[in-house]
Amino acid sequence: MVKQKLKVTLLTGRTIEQGVGKEAGKATQGYFESTTMAYMDICDMKKLGIKNRTNIQVTTPNGSVILRAVKHPRGAMPGMIYIPYGPWANAICSNETTSIGMPSFKGTPAEVEAAPEKPVLTLKELLKSEFGK
Amino acid sequence: MELLLKNGFVFDPINEINGERMDIAIRNGKIVESVSESKAKKIDVTGLTVMPGGVDIHTHIAGGEVNTGRLLRPEDHVKDVVRKTAITRSGVGYSIPSTFTTGYRYSRMGYTTVMNPSMAPLGAKHTHEELNDIPMLDKATFPLIGDWWFVLENLRKGDLEGCARHVAWMMNTTKGYAIKIVNPGGLESWGFGRNVHSIDDQVPNFGITPREIVQGLAKVNKMLNLPHTIHLHTNNLGLPGNYATTLDTMKALENMSTDGKPVCHITHLQFSSFGGEDWGTMKSAAEEISNYINNHSHMTFDMGQVIFTDTTTMTADGPFEFTLYQLSGHKWVNSDVETETSGGIIPFHYKKKNAVNAIQWSTALELALLIKDPWKMFMTTDHPNGGPFMSYPKIIAWLTSRKARMALLKKCHKKAQKKSLLPTIKRELSLYELAIVTRAGQAKSLGLTSKGHLGLGADADVSVYNLNPETTDIAQNPKIVRRAFADAAYTIKDGNVLVQNGKIVQTVSGKTMWLDVNTTEQLEVDDDMKSRFKEYWTVEYDNYPVYDHYVKVSDPIIIKADV
Amino acid sequence: MTVVKSEVVKSVTCPVCGCLCDDIELTIEEGKVTEVRNGCAMCESKFLNYISEHRVKTPLIRKDGKMVPVSYKEAIHKSAEILANANYPILYGWSSTDCEAQRVGVELAEEIGGVLDNTAVVCHGPSILGVQEAGIPTSTLGQIRHRADVIVYWGCDPWSAHPRHLERYTAFTDGRFEDSEWMSYINKVKASVGKKKFAAVKKRSLKCETEPEAISDNKPPETLNKEGRKLIVVDVRESMTGKVADYFVQVKPNKDFEILQAIRALVKDEDLDVEEVGGVPVEYLKEVVDTLINCQFGVIFFGMGLTQSAGKFRNIEIAISLVRDLNARTKFVIMPMRGHFNVTGANTVFTWQSGYPYAIDFSLGYPQYNPGETSVVDILLRKESDASLIIASDPASNFPKKAIEHMTKTPLIVIDPHMNVTSMVGDVVFPSTIVGLEKAGTAYRMDHVPLPLKKVVEPPEGLLSDEEILTRILEEVRVIKSQRMKGAN
Repeated sequence: MVKQKLKVTLLTGRTIEQGVGKEAGKATQGYFESTTMAYMDICDMKKLGIKNRTNIQVTTPNGSVILRAVKHPRGAMPGMIYIPYGPWANAICSNETTSIGMPSFKGTPAEVEAAPEKPVLTLKELLKSEFGK
Repeated sequence: MELLLKNGFVFDPINEINGERMDIAIRNGKIVESVSESKAKKIDVTGLTVMPGGVDIHTHIAGGEVNTGRLLRPEDHVKDVVRKTAITRSGVGYSIPSTFTTGYRYSRMGYTTVMNPSMAPLGAKHTHEELNDIPMLDKATFPLIGDWWFVLENLRKGDLEGCARHVAWMMNTTKGYAIKIVNPGGLESWGFGRNVHSIDDQVPNFGITPREIVQGLAKVNKMLNLPHTIHLHTNNLGLPGNYATTLDTMKALENMSTDGKPVCHITHLQFSSFGGEDWGTMKSAAEEISNYINNHSHMTFDMGQVIFTDTTTMTADGPFEFTLYQLSGHKWVNSDVETETSGGIIPFHYKKKNAVNAIQWSTALELALLIKDPWKMFMTTDHPNGGPFMSYPKIIAWLTSRKARMALLKKCHKKAQKKSLLPTIKRELSLYELAIVTRAGQAKSLGLTSKGHLGLGADADVSVYNLNPETTDIAQNPKIVRRAFADAAYTIKDGNVLVQNGKIVQTVSGKTMWLDVNTTEQLEVDDDMKSRFKEYWTVEYDNYPVYDHYVKVSDPIIIKADV
Repeated sequence: MTVVKSEVVKSVTCPVCGCLCDDIELTIEEGKVTEVRNGCAMCESKFLNYISEHRVKTPLIRKDGKMVPVSYKEAIHKSAEILANANYPILYGWSSTDCEAQRVGVELAEEIGGVLDNTAVVCHGPSILGVQEAGIPTSTLGQIRHRADVIVYWGCDPWSAHPRHLERYTAFTDGRFEDSEWMSYINKVKASVGKKKFAAVKKRSLKCETEPEAISDNKPPETLNKEGRKLIVVDVRESMTGKVADYFVQVKPNKDFEILQAIRALVKDEDLDVEEVGGVPVEYLKEVVDTLINCQFGVIFFGMGLTQSAGKFRNIEIAISLVRDLNARTKFVIMPMRGHFNVTGANTVFTWQSGYPYAIDFSLGYPQYNPGETSVVDILLRKESDASLIIASDPASNFPKKAIEHMTKTPLIVIDPHMNVTSMVGDVVFPSTIVGLEKAGTAYRMDHVPLPLKKVVEPPEGLLSDEEILTRILEEVRVIKSQRMKGAN
């Protein structure tokens, strides 16, 4: 079976859980839980043939990361995925500062595919794999 | 420490000393009768002009509005950068200099005391934090309270005593020095995008008029025995024909003075002295205004001189800045403050070849020269509104030399030349008069008893200029005058030599002066405030005051009020 | 028998987000915060979790790849050496500490000829650039509370990022001239229960695969024409705030600029030749515009939805231009939703000392400013910096990976109360006291109102504050530099 890939627009941003998590500490389980997920539209999840909380692989020209797909609780947002700010989102978001200092954290293209068998890296694993520290 | 300035030409108008050759003796930061010739550090100032340290009654150098101006204008900074040295901090200059640069530059011109005339009470901590970072100078700041809801409500009720106690509370709470009123009633109206257009217009929702606000606060100022008068920016400022409003305002205060002392300071008078009916017919009303002033003595004034350069206008007069925005289309900041005031900023380039700008330039000089008594009219640019304070040496040249001002008038717009009164004015200020308009008069109006003069016990704030009044005819040598006042030979503050030949040789913090006003029934006001605080503001009562630690070098002045 | 002493401290300023709520009440028992009143979830999390295993207890230095505990003295000396020897160091962060520490930061950056930048560069830096282009008609939050009858949140979600913004300053509070919206909010919640039932039916009858383009109906509801305060939310997805709004306008990603321009045209009574802009039918935009120009006092709050998506500072410039245009018709203001509790303070302090709000390069001995050139993300991507001092922020969880890569290859000093992601990859790590809890100071609210931060509990023994650590590093740098001067002579 050919794996279904979906072209989406990547958005990153704040959620209240991520906000609470960052105040409690970056090494907490709460912070991990709130920053290793990606909100998706239910229709898009169906297209990929995945259920709520299935792992997905999100790929951009800047990198690739495994996250948990979570159904967006309010309204429709087809063609978009929303990842809370954090080291996992940064692994794939665009560097492009368009010469004004600000990277492009919102509205860059990405590809999503189901990855139920791949694990989400812990913070330590992620840092080791990216920076060797 | 003892210091002896030997043999200078001393100009000390408060003590009626007019260019006499004298020694100035200093001990422990004060002027004294004499010091030991052998022990004291001696500076030979033979052939040089000696004056009390310069005093600026009105210069926007610190606080939210000024800082937003800095943020708004990187293009203003790049043309004037300031390097770090072994003893001074780096920064930027031009029309809205960074804090350290502000202190250094004033000091270089021989100034030792400056007044920041506009502070939103809610942002008072910010203003004081910036004042802490302005070295070299003694400073004070005026809270904006002409449109403060407590003032409007108390005056509307006719409760002058209540108003006075609230004002006293505000002065203590914000560590302020004088009552600042800007476009009375206009700022509250601006909350909903409106304005008042005469001193008898009603302020929407408050049922009070500008006349009642100004009269009420002038009375309050007296009841509280504040050292300065109310400090007023008039209604309709910057609009053609506004001189009529200015005359109305002055007349409204005529009967307030009972002891012959001034009751109000109208600031940057130039901006309130426009004749004509619209921008096309706009002309100087210096003659009408100065005639009135020459026949009355209940007020003092400062110039608000316009300089032909690119500067940044900033005022609490939000509706006026909106007018400037509509005229210019420039980038525009508006900054209204809940319960208290408003504000606005527009970058502005005054041009010689612009008729209105050139008329403004001429008007300020006409006023300064036509008002006969120098104790009434002081030199300012309303920095940075009329131009940067660094332009003071230019203004000094124009005031002291007909030749200098006529040379510039000839380069101005034809219409301005035709309308200008300057060709008919012969007066040239003497150094004695100059000392009045740049320090003595300002200190007196502010009620700063230990500043602006070199009498015994005065603060040892002294400036020495490279100018020999015996050998230099200042009216004929404006360039020498400009150079002399741009870079002081010495600036001495509290007995310390800070500047030598225009170079900073030592840095000091300088004090922040503020009024500790003691009223009889302060507690009642506190209770009233506490109960209404949450309704009026979005901060807690406990978090509003400027606590002592916000003032680095605090100089409280205790005032005993009559209420 | 021991009696547990319990004390309630009132009017505490919350050091979490740009709302800087200053009405927090903390119960202190045996030197610990045990209860938080009035705060939001983030506020409670901050005040109740500060003593945790994630707190660094002593400075750490990386030796042979391992983080080893050392004394402050050693860590300060090591840091000063790194900074004094660096040619082009960056000093980044500053948004979660007090103005007192920020002041020392400017002096340190100037002393070592470094680049001083703060987190605004990755959040509201574009807003500052927009302001430098167009100005900004704005006001304090209380002015909005007293007067605003139209409140627009554009590309921001206060419910999640500034949880008490609505109840303290805007739609759900009382002002002198505007009443609370609570009643209508409660009515709306009741109505939405009905809406949910309808949606459930709709879901069953519609196959979503058939029309993936249909985002939402975007239709202006009746409530837009009601009396009293109106809340309009514009976003790419239905946020929590969008859910409680009178009108939620869903725009397509990266289409904000077009929509803002379309609204500007409509405000100026110009006609549009198209049916829809950025996913929103023009007919509906016209209703929104009617609401905007017929209000007494309107406000637009904007967030990362504008600054981080396509257009960036151009989005802000155009949003400000819209507000300028609206002021020809009525009173209108605009304000960025600043994130960190003292990011505004950092911009404020930097500006009064140097003239510039962020991205300040002192390498020539005077301040230089050119975001894109002198901003840290660009410097890191160009691999130009040769040392970093990171304070009160966590770029490793906020910057793109490539930028962090270079940062981890040069000496990295981190000052933070907690072990954050950046400290995990740091070379010298300083624990510091928590500003607004263990140390008093000053912070600036998103509308530039300065507020005092309280010290309510004692810090863990031996811990220094950000201000003290920086001051001591600065002193040590000066010692090293003067020794070097002597050596050269």
